[in-house]
Amino acid sequence: MAGQAETRGTPLLRVNDIVMRFGGIVALGGVSFDVERGQICGLIGPNGSGKTTLFNCISGIYRHSRGDILFEGKSTTGQPRHRMASLGIGRTFQNVALFNTMTVRDNMLVGAHHRGSSGFAANALRLNASRAEEAAAYDGMDELLDLLDLRAVADQPAGGLPFGTRKRIELARALIGRPKLLLLDEPAGGLNHGEVAELGALFRRVRDHFKLSILLVEHHMALVMSVSEKVVALEFGMKIAEGTPDEVRNEPEVIRAYLGDAEDAHAA
Amino acid sequence: MNLITSRYFPWVFLVAVAVLPLMFASDYKLFQFTMVVVYAIAVLGLNLLTGYNGQVSLGNGAFYAIGAYVTAIMMDKWDIPYWATIPFSAVICAGVGFLIGLPALRLGGMYLALTTFALAVATPQLLKYKLFDDYTGGVQGIVINKPDAPFGLPLNPDQWLYLFALTVGAILFILATNLVRGRIGRAMRAIRDQPLAAEAMGIDIAMFKTRTFALSAMFTGIAGSLGAITIQFVAPDAFGVPLSLTFFVGMVVGGGASIGGAIMGALFIQFIPNIADEISKAAPGAVYGLILIAFMFLLPGGLASLIRILKRKPA
Repeated sequence: MAGQAETRGTPLLRVNDIVMRFGGIVALGGVSFDVERGQICGLIGPNGSGKTTLFNCISGIYRHSRGDILFEGKSTTGQPRHRMASLGIGRTFQNVALFNTMTVRDNMLVGAHHRGSSGFAANALRLNASRAEEAAAYDGMDELLDLLDLRAVADQPAGGLPFGTRKRIELARALIGRPKLLLLDEPAGGLNHGEVAELGALFRRVRDHFKLSILLVEHHMALVMSVSEKVVALEFGMKIAEGTPDEVRNEPEVIRAYLGDAEDAHAA
Repeated sequence: MNLITSRYFPWVFLVAVAVLPLMFASDYKLFQFTMVVVYAIAVLGLNLLTGYNGQVSLGNGAFYAIGAYVTAIMMDKWDIPYWATIPFSAVICAGVGFLIGLPALRLGGMYLALTTFALAVATPQLLKYKLFDDYTGGVQGIVINKPDAPFGLPLNPDQWLYLFALTVGAILFILATNLVRGRIGRAMRAIRDQPLAAEAMGIDIAMFKTRTFALSAMFTGIAGSLGAITIQFVAPDAFGVPLSLTFFVGMVVGGGASIGGAIMGALFIQFIPNIADEISKAAPGAVYGLILIAFMFLLPGGLASLIRILKRKPA
């Protein structure tokens, strides 16, 4: 708790001048922005604008060529991918990456993996440490199953469930790890109209309940604008706007990026 | 009533069935059952690696060979009692498994299968290598003595050996069951199903894969030690490609990612060739092949899935 007070001044996530090159192609040309504690931040931009690349830099999948990413004031650059979870960064995947042969409960327990530390020997011998950890992993599971409406399918293998359910399982799996920052990669993708409408309220509820921040990469403009407190817009790997949803919506650069120039429109 | 529905029932039942041969079986049948225990441990070792962790190995026979030779050499050269050789064989095989697991990290799927297959191909030749002749006995191999029952137990050597293998096997099966049910087992399966997501959940894939390799090699090596003591003989040509493939058949027929399946797979690889031989002396291989194909058609999920099917229907 004391640590929280000390770091209150620094943002939870600071993206500082990130450059990402793939060979000769510059995917990100020096992007900077902050995500505050408890904030829902939307990352938007047309196809190929670098959203997903940036997302992968933050989650540690790509190594950026220049710049730094600070999480709670500490650099995450060069940290191995499997360290991200224990730092407090949880994520979901664009195409839903569940452990298909495992039950919903077991999927969630894998999400709690980084909270434990027992090894092969302790588990094989069922030492007290491993049993206590196992009990702790179940902690909060029932609450999450209710919150995400998963109780009915809790003991079924994740593989055969409908797409919308699978997306909620991914969310549950990320949340049981108690992240401070939740990275959501196109959460509305593949969902129907009704499901998208529920999503915004769900994200707010999750944020308030677990007191975390959310960084959202999303194509669905209505969802981003309604749920985010801050929106960052990218185009061709550069930040073209940052601010409240209203500010970004009215930014001429953003309108141009999405709708094209007024002159272009006339010419067409 | 209560006993049958209890979750311990399968284990109580299993122990009861496992001890039965001690009272009724002939010495030769006991030898066969001892080999079932040995194979079950080896198939379990392969299943941890391939079934649970998704690292396909067609070369686990190499670890079995190392375990067998460690025991045979220690008993033959240094007169170390048979039971004391097993921890050595476990540690040595785990070490070798870990080292083979390191390059395996860079090889996915088919390539790993092929590399481990090469290991199986090379094993007999390495065992015949002139430089090791003094220890390994070269092509001749090593003959070892059958241990007697200790503490004046009223058991003949075959009975004692069966009981000894069964005890070691039971301990290993309990350890493996604990392991796959908990945090480590879930991480092993998560890596098999979806490595990228597993990593995002905080699982160190390289660490898990190499340790699983070591674990698999350790189980298989212990099986090799027990096998050497049971057969009382080790020779290079027993540890070639067919042995590795036999373990693989046992794993698939028993059911991947299943602890109980390893026992059923072991029964299959021990007894089906004999049955095939009785059906047709002229072409036992063809009969064996047919039985294998029939099994795969009727029970694609392995013998372990049969139990799951039976469980679903209330008797």
